[in-house]
Amino acid sequence: MSGDALGLWGVPLAVASGAIRVGTPFLFVSIGECLTEKSGRINLGLEGTLVLGAMTGYGVSLESGSPWVGVLAAGGVGALFGMLHGWLCKLPRVNDIALGIAMMLLGMGLAFFFGKPYIQPSAPMLPSISLGFWSDVPQVRAALEVSVLFFVGVALAVALWWAFASTRLGLIVRIVGDSADAARAMGYPVDLVRFLATAGGGFLAGLGGAYLSLYYPGSWSERISSGQGLMAVALVIFARWSPLRCLLAALLFGGAGALGPALQAVGVSEGYYLFYAAPYVLTLLVMALTVSPGRQLTGAPGELSVQK
Amino acid sequence: MSEAVAAKTALTAAPTTRGDLEVRLRRGAETVAVPAIALGAAAALFSLFLLLLGKSPLDFFALVARGAFTSWFSLQNTLQRAAPLLLTALCCAVPARLGLVIIGAEGALALGGLAAAGAGIALGGAPGAIVQLAMALAGMAVGGLWIALAGALRHWRGINETISSLILSYIAIALMNHFVEGPMKDPASLNKPSTHAIPDAAVIGTIPGTDVHWGLAVGLVLCVVLWLLMSRTSFGFAARIVGGNLRAAQLQGLAVGRLIVIACFIAGACAGLAGMIEVAAVNGRANASLVVGYGYTGILVAFLARHNPLAVIPIAVLFGGIVASGGLIQRRMGLPDATILVLEGIVFVAILASDTLYGRWRIFQPRSAT
Amino acid sequence: MSQNWTAGRRTVVKGLGAAALAAGTGILGRPARAADLVIGFIYVGPKDDYGYNQAHAEGAAACKSIPGVKILEEENVPETIDVQKTMESMINLDGATLLFPTSFGYFDPHVLKMAEKYPKIQFRHAGGLWNEAKHPKNAGSYFAYIGMGQYLNGIVAGHTSKTKKLGFVAAKPIPQVLLNINSFTLGARAVDPSITTQVIFTGEWSLPVKEAEATNTLADQGIDTLTFHVDSPKVAAETAERRGMFVCGYHANQAKLAPKGYLTGAEWNWANMYKMFIELAKAGKPMPNFARGGMKEGYVKMSPYGPAVGDAAKKHADSVKAEILKGGYSVIKGPLKDNKGNVVVPAGTAYVETAIELESMNYLVEGVQGSI
Repeated sequence: MSGDALGLWGVPLAVASGAIRVGTPFLFVSIGECLTEKSGRINLGLEGTLVLGAMTGYGVSLESGSPWVGVLAAGGVGALFGMLHGWLCKLPRVNDIALGIAMMLLGMGLAFFFGKPYIQPSAPMLPSISLGFWSDVPQVRAALEVSVLFFVGVALAVALWWAFASTRLGLIVRIVGDSADAARAMGYPVDLVRFLATAGGGFLAGLGGAYLSLYYPGSWSERISSGQGLMAVALVIFARWSPLRCLLAALLFGGAGALGPALQAVGVSEGYYLFYAAPYVLTLLVMALTVSPGRQLTGAPGELSVQK
Repeated sequence: MSEAVAAKTALTAAPTTRGDLEVRLRRGAETVAVPAIALGAAAALFSLFLLLLGKSPLDFFALVARGAFTSWFSLQNTLQRAAPLLLTALCCAVPARLGLVIIGAEGALALGGLAAAGAGIALGGAPGAIVQLAMALAGMAVGGLWIALAGALRHWRGINETISSLILSYIAIALMNHFVEGPMKDPASLNKPSTHAIPDAAVIGTIPGTDVHWGLAVGLVLCVVLWLLMSRTSFGFAARIVGGNLRAAQLQGLAVGRLIVIACFIAGACAGLAGMIEVAAVNGRANASLVVGYGYTGILVAFLARHNPLAVIPIAVLFGGIVASGGLIQRRMGLPDATILVLEGIVFVAILASDTLYGRWRIFQPRSAT
Repeated sequence: MSQNWTAGRRTVVKGLGAAALAAGTGILGRPARAADLVIGFIYVGPKDDYGYNQAHAEGAAACKSIPGVKILEEENVPETIDVQKTMESMINLDGATLLFPTSFGYFDPHVLKMAEKYPKIQFRHAGGLWNEAKHPKNAGSYFAYIGMGQYLNGIVAGHTSKTKKLGFVAAKPIPQVLLNINSFTLGARAVDPSITTQVIFTGEWSLPVKEAEATNTLADQGIDTLTFHVDSPKVAAETAERRGMFVCGYHANQAKLAPKGYLTGAEWNWANMYKMFIELAKAGKPMPNFARGGMKEGYVKMSPYGPAVGDAAKKHADSVKAEILKGGYSVIKGPLKDNKGNVVVPAGTAYVETAIELESMNYLVEGVQGSI
């Protein structure tokens, strides 16, 4: 292994690879929530689903020896949890925002409880694709190790965007989310569509959780999530309900998050707390610059209770 | 025939006091019965969970009772843990009346605590009451401005307040850490970076005869005051119109922007005050112990209380009781700390899901209603 | 017939009631044998974090076999009023007479308040803060000098590193952490004065994503040997192993997490400390208010060497360890400059591990890249 440091080049490299590495869980959770919210329901409990998915993925990977089985299991558990949320929200008069927060607690509690035996052992990890094969520099090669899940996430984001824009199924979801009355008048099963969209959102969040525990940071413990699920739900609003913008938002956020450690590594270490706040400040700034009162509601599903 | 006439008269006639009372009694009974059913269902579900683990539900609930309220010590433990939640719940509940979902209490608490510590240190030699007042004002001002910022961004820039308050919360915590470990650090606080200690005279003590600090009383008073504000004053009335239908409010000529900012300021002031109390009553200085989740728990308390400041009180106490018994359960039953989270999750999901039971049963509906 | 049935039913109900009562008092009442010494351990994080809390929990577990002693543990207790209530709960509801609050931030004001409130209960806090003049007699501190362990880590790292660049993932720049960073660096530079250590502060005691980021960034900068001072080193150790780095452990033994890269590690050996206190308490003898020791006293130990450690490294480290075990060894001694060029320890001055000056360390030595 060559000992050449990258010097200042380390910073943009870290930001770029951080965008992918750190941003992937945000990507999955935000497109999952995007799907749910397009159908007119909000699921704040995805933080709990994320953690539950992380635990399930890790545990199943350990027990079965295959990380991919773990990923599928994580998605499955996420979908189940999403279905629970969806089923409860269907009941009249239940507040979906509040329920989401309670589900977050339940998800975290279940994950930590059943995850206790999995903290010590090391589970098989997900493989990565070496995009940096063209480089001689080991650091560049290491930085360009990208998880397969990232590509899955990008593909899903594109697929969702295309589905919302051009397919009948996507249109149905959008109508259900914009006006339940109109959807019912057209004969669409509003409750079922929302239920499935919520389950789908949970599935994606579960995948995001599996990424955390099976790839990066690649470990299971009670501190694995630092609020990614919650922040990702916020990013959906930031991305104005477009799956492609969710992808950009996740990359932006992940890249900004990698700034702090990268700058310290090249000697900029004053006020590192402020650098750790960088992703948040950046997100707020971008919103302040691009949103205006008139445009606020553009793209917002009409039935979303956050907007009412 | 006479029955139909009687029914018709009942419908069209002005409600008599007796009918009114009946409505109130029935509704009141419903408000008690539904959560009770929810708690019962939650207890049953959780018992099933425990049985599958080979643990005794009887033991568990006996311990919860023991740890939460069957002794003077436990009761105080519960109330003490509920105290900060009263204020942070208000931070979410008050703006919610205007239809705003604010989830930034954690950050407002941290910054408020920092500001209060700063004020306390700056006023070194002044009489205790003055220092405390200054600290409270500093905490409330900084916390209030922080959340008011989220409200302003919503009204004048159209930025969704949920996301902005969450982001501002993270930024606030980073700022607090920066100041506590940097410009405001007490050089003697080596291994746990903190600000200097506030003057001894400014420390908030316990309510006489108890082990609970005055923060509980402050929280209770504010819950009552803000309930009065939101339900009995014209400000509260205007706020609820904004919450009900923004367009209608604007058409009515209500100063929506001002209402939003004021409500958010009040909310942030509550959280900032909670931070001040943590500094003055518990820690004696500002440091990372301010960020322990009171803000996030407060959000759940607010939603469970349907954003009614009075209902916040029993919900916060419920929370406090569950958490207070957590330690005993860890020790006596050998269950991990996460068990309490599972219980909380089940209880609160049950309470929220039980919302659907309102209006379902005839027994709770007033007889004259159709 | 009905009479028989009624009598039978009454007996059953009585029996159930008695059983319930027995079960109830069993779980609710005080521990059965009044002669048992009830001891409480309080952790700020989870017991199985492969790090700080686990080290304490392992020490507590070693004491469970002492006869006549009942060990209570509570984990995830934050450094707020919660820990006061936990201590009170252990005292009031469980009859604990000796408490070990193990997180640094518990002491002031929480342990102090409780010590004043319950003068008959003994409190021993993991940290170095107890002061005879200021603090009540029923409180005390215990700590172990692990800096020497990091020094030995540094020696082994110095021999094994190929790029001559070391990395340190640290939480916060407090004196204990700085001492570890400096000791590690000095150990490595004793082997080769050109070795440097790059430190990254994550800002929190437990932030897996940041710790993974920090480890990756260090690897990107060409660093091939890593150590750390965070509450749970699991993520950093696993990430380092995946990047092909060498790892020097801390707090507990992380060799399982980095089977190829683990060199050695500085571990706490709290079992000895706790056994010392408990035996004294059992015998009714007074316990020290200020118990401290290092490797010599058996409160700190080194992990066994991993497969990558060469013979020269082992020889060097073992010989230094023998010196340390004799007592009076100094790692921080003059002339010593910090990484800004100032002299922080003049020539002729040497600090043994117990020196009080080390408690307020506020510099990074020459060779450390980073600032506080």
